Amino acid sequence: MKDFEIVVGLEVHAELNTDSKIYCDCKNIFGLEVNTQICPICMGMPGTLPTLNEKVVEYAIKMGHALNCKINSVFKQDRKNYFYPDLPKAYQISQAEVPVCENGYLDVLVNGVEKRIGVTRIHIEEDAGKLIHDESFAGSLVDLNRSGVPLIEIVSEPDMRSSAEAKAYLDTIKSILQYLDISDCKMQEGSIRCDVNVSVRERGSTEFGTRCEMKNVNSFSAAVRGIEYEAKRQIELIQSGGVVEQETRRWDDAKGMSFTMRTKEDAHDYRYFPEPDLLTVIVDEEKIKKLKDEIPELPNAKILRYIRDFGINQIDATLIVENMDKSKLFDDCTALNICTAKNISNWILADISKYMNETGKSILDTPLTAKRLCELIANVEKDIISNSAAKTVMEVIINENKEPEDIIKELGLAQNSDIGFLENLAKDVLDRNEKSVIDYKNGKTNAMGYLIGQCMKESKGKANPNIVKEIVMKLLAN
Amino acid sequence: MKLYEKTASELSEMLRSKECSALEIFEDVENRIKSVEDRVGAYITLTPDIAKKRAIEVDESFAKGEKLNVLAGIPIGIKDNISTKGIRTSCASKMLENYVPPFNATVIEKINNAGMVIMGKTNLDEFAMGSSTETSYMHITRNPHDLDRIPGGSSGGSTAAVAAGEAILTLGSDTGGSIRQPAALCGAIGLKPTYGSVSRYGLIAAASSLDQIGPIGRSVKDIAMLQDLISGYDKMDATSKNIEYPNLVDNLTANVKGMKIAVLKEFFGVGVDDSIKESVYKAIKMYEENGAEIKEISLPSTEFAIGAYHIIASAEASSNLARFDGVKYGLRAKEYNDLTDMYEKTRSEGFGDEVKRRIMLGTFVLSSGNYDVYYKKAKNLQKKVSEEFEETFVDFDVIISPTVASTASKIGEDINHPVKMYYNDSCTIAASIAGLPAITLPCGKDGNNLPIGLQLIGNKFSEQTLLNAAYTYENLCGGFNVLSQTL
Repeated sequence: MKDFEIVVGLEVHAELNTDSKIYCDCKNIFGLEVNTQICPICMGMPGTLPTLNEKVVEYAIKMGHALNCKINSVFKQDRKNYFYPDLPKAYQISQAEVPVCENGYLDVLVNGVEKRIGVTRIHIEEDAGKLIHDESFAGSLVDLNRSGVPLIEIVSEPDMRSSAEAKAYLDTIKSILQYLDISDCKMQEGSIRCDVNVSVRERGSTEFGTRCEMKNVNSFSAAVRGIEYEAKRQIELIQSGGVVEQETRRWDDAKGMSFTMRTKEDAHDYRYFPEPDLLTVIVDEEKIKKLKDEIPELPNAKILRYIRDFGINQIDATLIVENMDKSKLFDDCTALNICTAKNISNWILADISKYMNETGKSILDTPLTAKRLCELIANVEKDIISNSAAKTVMEVIINENKEPEDIIKELGLAQNSDIGFLENLAKDVLDRNEKSVIDYKNGKTNAMGYLIGQCMKESKGKANPNIVKEIVMKLLAN
Repeated sequence: MKLYEKTASELSEMLRSKECSALEIFEDVENRIKSVEDRVGAYITLTPDIAKKRAIEVDESFAKGEKLNVLAGIPIGIKDNISTKGIRTSCASKMLENYVPPFNATVIEKINNAGMVIMGKTNLDEFAMGSSTETSYMHITRNPHDLDRIPGGSSGGSTAAVAAGEAILTLGSDTGGSIRQPAALCGAIGLKPTYGSVSRYGLIAAASSLDQIGPIGRSVKDIAMLQDLISGYDKMDATSKNIEYPNLVDNLTANVKGMKIAVLKEFFGVGVDDSIKESVYKAIKMYEENGAEIKEISLPSTEFAIGAYHIIASAEASSNLARFDGVKYGLRAKEYNDLTDMYEKTRSEGFGDEVKRRIMLGTFVLSSGNYDVYYKKAKNLQKKVSEEFEETFVDFDVIISPTVASTASKIGEDINHPVKMYYNDSCTIAASIAGLPAITLPCGKDGNNLPIGLQLIGNKFSEQTLLNAAYTYENLCGGFNVLSQTL
């Protein structure tokens, strides 16, 4: 049996979160009543003309910088001609020959190994409207609220060799878009979508196999399933003596299968040509540089830094970095140097994540500042309070906006670590529980847990459990 | 002299000296329309109620002593491919037979703000594609100077209205000669402004990179007045040029002393009627006698301009007209099986032959494999033509030529010969693809008493020089007799 290698290239479409649409002044807001965010321009009325929203170019350039692209300071926009009812002008203004950005790359982590994926180009274009189908009416209706919403299309090189690499690439693109604050990245609202190109070849071959493009991939997990299905389909086809035909396929995630949409023969001829209603765009070199300076530390670099500088594992680092608020809290906390990064990471991924999930609030909007969190953790690290007491302190900080030290005092949460006092207390407990001591000496080891529990109870929970445990062990050994 | 026979500048003065009211002007033009329109057919839609209301408002404003635009109260006809809010804008096509725009073109906003009186929407070749106004789905328009002949096109309704006295001024649009050619055939004055000087917002596009709205009238001063009103930067049109636009009327001077005028050899070649050559040479002589320096020049690439033009214009048109698909507005075929069938039937029923011919040509030249061979080559030629003109304007102020190679043909004579029809624009196309301003002036009559046109081409944004040259000729001729004497 021959060994096959999967080759994947991705086209990611991301809606940009500019205030207005790309070629008119209509608001760029998702989810409003159908056909309310429209004007003659985005409705494609005869005689209307587009004018470019410069913010769209800025956003695309930022993404280009983030993906290490060459930024073209001079570019045109082109018409992509095809008929469909959701496309009111019957052409989409996009970019053909010269995109805003090209020749970049993105480093992603796949199972702890860094992998470089080439980025062919990033271009700007307008989104189409949406067809609405419903059982309450016959035929289709068109909602043009989305018509003219700005998009960037990020085209990768065919550099991915597994669905895991594709997933890592998509996740990284998404978190970069969020870090740059240029897209809402809401899959369920369709603000980020992708087309998947898959081919297979015998391992060791330097030539690419014939690729199939898959459309209608509506989530990253669907992309993983689609790639795996498509690769398997192609390999089985080749193994049974068949030939892969170049075609566009539609992914049906519910069925877990892809189906032929158009063969190469029926492929659209989009008749691209320069959009005559728009002038050549010339972006000032100074502005391109300024936009580069505005790029924050990006998530993929951040994950590597967390691993390298703080010894956080890749999974935890990724989980923190994926959420900008958590990552900010982590950065602020580590900068204070009051407690260990490992404990900060644990707190963020456990109690703070739980709080954020349950309340839907960001931790940054609560009184739990980085300083307070670090002081709280430091108290645990110094054995001043127990872990369970610390959870209580965190709740009180959030609810009552108080300092951790004050809460510990007010609630008397500090642990008793006085060895002499605890020894007397333990002796007393052991004397009163002779039966348990005998049980222990007869091999019932869990009797020790009972005795420790009695000591804790006697101290009204304030005894330092670690010290109590040591003392009880020592006394039982005698 | 009737009011409808007067020029806008004369009427403007009469309004201010209270010799007449805007309502009287409206009524006189309205009566003229009533008496000649059924023979000429200049209009697709007449808007007497809107016009009368506007005229009354203007009179009220004058009575209150308000300072009004120089063109307030002047009746104007609008080519029916310029969007007018609430007034049907059909492009003379079955496709848009009942289309009423929900917004005004930028030029219409300016015309309304100036208090001009819109008499109606004028006929044109369907979607401005044609040179005779015979491809209009609505009806043909007849040349007021000879009702058996075409008015030219595509702005044939606008030029016929001016020559028939059915409007004082009109707006046309020019893509390859659609203002100048019909103006020449109707003996009127027509200016195609520099590309980018008049907003195209609301002009239903034929070829976006070439289309330009421009004024048609009976005196050079009127043309200057209307051009002053409609020109200027518009943020709604990315191709409109953001520069200072000088006031053309105030600086209009009848003096060509020292002006360098180039005679474009290629446009006096084979196919140009002898009577036209004679008339234009006579005009050149007049310029020379009055102090202009005349020199013959050759621009070899203009020979290929017509081919480049038809490729570029068709390519853009094929894309611009794709939106007429039956989904949103305009015609939708009554019966169809599915989406593709609806598209095919709607577009088959809605467009006429000439429009279909250009859509097919444009689709062909943009198709993969053809793009480089046709479209790209045409764009290179366009660049070459522009460069040759640019070099010429280093040494010259104005280029002179005939506007059209022959005078108006008989109705029906050429309609089945599209290529012959395309060559009708051979003298006007070069300025179009170079984006240059050009004006046509009446330059005598031929043996059949049909008007001859002379064309002046200027450098980009040199409308003032161009109009000064035109104004000089007008004065040397003792004014133009644009109005038909035979209607």
